Amino acid sequence: MWASALLAPFSPQEWTAILLSLKVATIGMFVSLPFGVAIAFLLARRDFPGKGVLNGIVHLPLVLPPVVTGWLLLLGFGRQGPLGAVFADCCGLVFSFRWTGAALAAGVMGFPLMVRAIRLSLEAVVVRLEQAAETLGARPVLVFATITLPLAAPGIVAGMILAFARAIGEFGATITFVANIPGETQTIATALYSATQIPGGEAIALRLTIVAVTIAFAALLAAEVLAARVSRRAMEL
Amino acid sequence: MIEIQARHRLGAFTLDVALESRGPTLALFGPSGAGKTTLLNIVAGLTRPQEGRVIIDGVTFLDSAAAVELSPRARRVGYVFQELRLFPHLKVEGNLLYGRRFTPHAKPVVDFDQAVEILGLRPLLARRPGRLSGGEKQRVAIGRALLADPRVLLLDEPLAALDDARRAEILAYIEKLRAAFAIPIVFVSHRLSEVERIADDIAILENGRIVARQPTPRP
Repeated sequence: MWASALLAPFSPQEWTAILLSLKVATIGMFVSLPFGVAIAFLLARRDFPGKGVLNGIVHLPLVLPPVVTGWLLLLGFGRQGPLGAVFADCCGLVFSFRWTGAALAAGVMGFPLMVRAIRLSLEAVVVRLEQAAETLGARPVLVFATITLPLAAPGIVAGMILAFARAIGEFGATITFVANIPGETQTIATALYSATQIPGGEAIALRLTIVAVTIAFAALLAAEVLAARVSRRAMEL
Repeated sequence: MIEIQARHRLGAFTLDVALESRGPTLALFGPSGAGKTTLLNIVAGLTRPQEGRVIIDGVTFLDSAAAVELSPRARRVGYVFQELRLFPHLKVEGNLLYGRRFTPHAKPVVDFDQAVEILGLRPLLARRPGRLSGGEKQRVAIGRALLADPRVLLLDEPLAALDDARRAEILAYIEKLRAAFAIPIVFVSHRLSEVERIADDIAILENGRIVARQPTPRP
């Protein structure tokens, strides 16, 4: 019975949850990327008052109970929340109980991991190479685009992958912020949770578990390979 | 014509130098720690002295008395760093051409093919710096600096990391460059035999000060 349940094709509802998870994680990751690069650059290369505070805020989602993060998102980005109202008025973008909110939660929860990986890779890029580019006539923006960014690229991609994997695993903030609505906000994790709550849902839970483990493991492997490349580059100098 | 005057204090070390070159190739000679690289960094604009004046071929790079200071990229120096600092993610050709797109001239003074020929870089163009020998890297670094069409070439110990055979080879390349392109050169070394062969004018630095000039200035 177990074997046949495992080998059966995914049901439409399972597919919906898997695809929504991928969509939410991908969009959350790409939208947070420019912010991640900017903040990682500030933390890696600049000294300014409040740097420690910024670093702390960025890392908060890593240490807070995810439910707290979800609740804060609901307060800020819910229909009554100040930021939620701003986005609803300016661009008709509503987060609460929508997949967009799940993407926001995914982006926020993955953000610390992304910033960390990018920051480390930016720190590994030797400032002396940037100086060399400057003496050759490149203005700062071009130094960043032609030297810093390409040399940090493997670390940036690793950060993206980690953020993506974290987003796939997101549960607490998502369910608090946007609930668990099949077809709208139900991801792999929340679908799995639902499956464990109904009699006879073990087979579904197991299948979704395998999907989640596969995605997470592939992402971690990829991030590991890329991180090794960053340190190899640093050694070559 | 190269005119450098600088006073710069760094901890217990004080650099206090004033010199005018009398030929297109100026050598700074002295033991390590004498302040040679600091002086090059001041010319390149990577170090700002507490007080100083740098004029190369009539262009004022720095005049702290007149509050004039060009940014490193506006100075257009061809700096060959002691640790070379080749870009590891670019092929040799990409390294050589890096400064090319920022030169102000429509037709650069230094011809790419000629420079590649003189430095013997043709067979290396498609390779990455990580796969080159020490002498090859050195030639690429010199080529990269040269092809940025610099107002002055700054060579920081270009021979220090090489064995005797390579050293003679690079020295010959530098002599060829000097003959082919009319670019002033500031050459830093801690070996007298090198600087004597190549320089028109030698300043001997010790502990942040110029202790002798060679040939000695005419009275």
